[in-house]
Amino acid sequence: MIEVEDLTKRFGKVEALKGVSFTAADGQITGFLGPNGAGKSTTLRILCTVLAADGGTARVGGVDVRSDPVSVRGRIGVLPHNSNLYPNLTARENIAYFAALQGLAGRGLEAAVDRMVVRLGIERFADRRAKGFSQGQRIRVALARALVHDPDTLILDEPTNGLDVMATRVLREVIRERRDAGCCVLFSSHVMQEVAVLCDRIAIVAAGTVAVHGTAADIRAATGRDDLEDAFVDLVGGDDQGAS
Amino acid sequence: MAGLGVVFSKEFVDSLRERRAVVSALVFGPLLGPVLFAVLTSYAVSLQIDEAAQPIDVPVIAGRGAENLMTHLYRRQIDVDHDRFDDTEALREAVRRGDVDVGLVVAEDFSESLGNGAPARLWLVADTANNSARPSISRLRLALDEYGLIIGVHRLALRGIDPTLAQPVAVLTDDVSTPSGRAILLLGMMTYFLLFSTLLGGTQVAIDTTAGERERGSLEPLLTLAVSRAVLVWGKLGVTFAFMALSLAVCIASFAVAVRFLPLAEIGMTANLTPRVCAGIYVVMLPFAALGAGIMTLVASYTKSFREAQTYTSIAMVVPPLPILLVILNPVQSSALSMLVPSLAQHLLVTDLVKGEGLDSWLLLLSATATVAVGLACALATVRRYGSERVLI
Repeated sequence: MIEVEDLTKRFGKVEALKGVSFTAADGQITGFLGPNGAGKSTTLRILCTVLAADGGTARVGGVDVRSDPVSVRGRIGVLPHNSNLYPNLTARENIAYFAALQGLAGRGLEAAVDRMVVRLGIERFADRRAKGFSQGQRIRVALARALVHDPDTLILDEPTNGLDVMATRVLREVIRERRDAGCCVLFSSHVMQEVAVLCDRIAIVAAGTVAVHGTAADIRAATGRDDLEDAFVDLVGGDDQGAS
Repeated sequence: MAGLGVVFSKEFVDSLRERRAVVSALVFGPLLGPVLFAVLTSYAVSLQIDEAAQPIDVPVIAGRGAENLMTHLYRRQIDVDHDRFDDTEALREAVRRGDVDVGLVVAEDFSESLGNGAPARLWLVADTANNSARPSISRLRLALDEYGLIIGVHRLALRGIDPTLAQPVAVLTDDVSTPSGRAILLLGMMTYFLLFSTLLGGTQVAIDTTAGERERGSLEPLLTLAVSRAVLVWGKLGVTFAFMALSLAVCIASFAVAVRFLPLAEIGMTANLTPRVCAGIYVVMLPFAALGAGIMTLVASYTKSFREAQTYTSIAMVVPPLPILLVILNPVQSSALSMLVPSLAQHLLVTDLVKGEGLDSWLLLLSATATVAVGLACALATVRRYGSERVLI
C-alpha cells in the first residue's frame, strides 16, 4: 500500500511537485501516467527515499518514508529511470550483489538468484559481464535484482522504455504475477496505451499535481470522453504543452 | 555493518576487472616513479663525476701578457681561450646570457705590477645567480688563489722568511656526513614519488566507485536498498585504501630494486634500502594511504561525471605532497610539531629511516594519528555527502 498526500518538491526555482496525492492499493497495478517533466520520477524517487520531499507525507506499507527510510527500502523493489548495471560484473553477480545488500546470504541467496535467472529468461547470458548487454537484457537483469528479495511493493519508473516485444512481454507477465501474489505495483509511463493495457487504476499527473485518479472507466466518466487518450490530452492541457 | 563486507568485495572485484584502475595502481605510479627517479639520479650522478675530471673552457682577455698564469691554469685542467672575445663588454654579455660559465680578464699592467710587487689585478667575470656555472666558477677561483699563494710563498722564501708565518690559521673541513646521509640529497625525491604513487594507485578506484557509478546510472538503484549510506561509503573507501596500500607496496619494492642499479657508490653514497628499512617505510607511509583514500573519495563524490572527477582529483593530487617541496627549500628536522602535518611527517620519518637513524615510535604514532585523523574527517564528510540527496541530482 502506497499513500501519498500533498507532496511538494522544489529544485531551485523549479517547482517540480505542487501537491501530489494518490494511493496505490495492494494486489493492484497502479499506473502513474503523465507527460515528460510532469513530476512522475520525482514522486517515485521520494517514495524510494532517495529524494526528500519539501512538504506532504508519503507512506509505504504504512511506514513513513522520512522517519524510517531503511525499513521502507527493505520492502520495496525499485527499477529507477535509466538505471544501469555494473558493466564489470556478470548478470548473476549484479543480481547477487543487490540480494546480499538486501540481507540475503548463503544458500537462500543462491536459490533466490537462480529463481530470478530462470523467471526472467536470463540463463543464456547469466554468466556474461553486463558490458555490452542490449537494453532488453539490461532491463531483465535490473528487474531481477529489484525482485530478488521478494518485496511487497514494486516501484517501476518507465521500465518499458526502449524494450523489444519479447522483453516487454516478460516484463508484463512478471508484473501481473506480482500483483496476483498481492504486491502493490506502481508503474510510471508516458505511454498511454501501455498503462491502459496493464493497469488496474490510473493516476494522471500533469504539471506537478495529480489531475485525476481512478479506474479507466472513472477517468472516462470524469472527463466526459469515451476515449482514454482524448481524456488524457484534455487533462494534461493540449498536445505538447505538458511536455515542455 | 553486515553489508560492509558485501560492498567491499563487490567493489574490489569490480575494480580488479577495470583495466585502468589496475594499471594505475600497479604500473603507472609504482613503476614509472622509480624509473624516472633512476634516470634523473644517474644523470645527476654522472654530471657530478664528469665535472671534476673534465677540463673547462675559460675565455680570457689580455691573457697573452700573463704567460706563467696561463700555464698554471692549463695544468689545472682549465683550457684558456684567447681569441673568443675581443673586449670585456662582449665577454660580460656572453656570461650574462649564460653562453659562457665564467671568463677571466687580465689587467693591462698585470706583468708590470707582478714584477714591482704590487697587487696584480684579475677580474673574474661570473654570474653567481647561474647555478649551473657554479662548479666552473669555483674551479677557476681555486686555481687563481692557488697561483697567488705560490707566488707569495716564493716571494717570502726569497726574502728568507718562513712562508708558514703568512698562514696564521689553517682551516680544514671534517665531513661527518655518513654515506647514506649524503644519499638523502637524492633519495629525498623518493618520498615524493612514494606519496604520489600511493595517491595515483587509488584515485581511479575512488572515481569509479563514486562519480563513475553515478554517471553509469547504477548509483540510484543502489541507494534504494535497505543498507545505510555509511556502509556503502566505508566499503568504497576500503577498496580505495586497499588499492593505495597495494600501490605503495609495489612502489617501495621497485625502489629497492631500482637503487641497486644506480652508481651511488661512485660519488661516495649508499642507499640502504634493505628489506627491514623497506618494511619500516611501509609502516610509516601506510597512514598516508588512509588520508589519500579519504581525500580522493571525498573530491570524487562531489563531482557529477567521470571526466569532472578526473580533473578535480588531479588537482587534489598535487596538494598532499606540497609540504615536501617546502622542506626541500627550507629543511626541518623531525619534531612533534612536524609530525602533525601529513606527508611532511612521512617524509621526515622516511628520511630518518634511510639515513639509518632508526624510527622513533612516539613520532611514528603521532604522525599516524594525525594523518589518519585527516583521512577520517574526509571519510565522514563523504558519508555526509552520501546522506544528502545532492549526491544524485
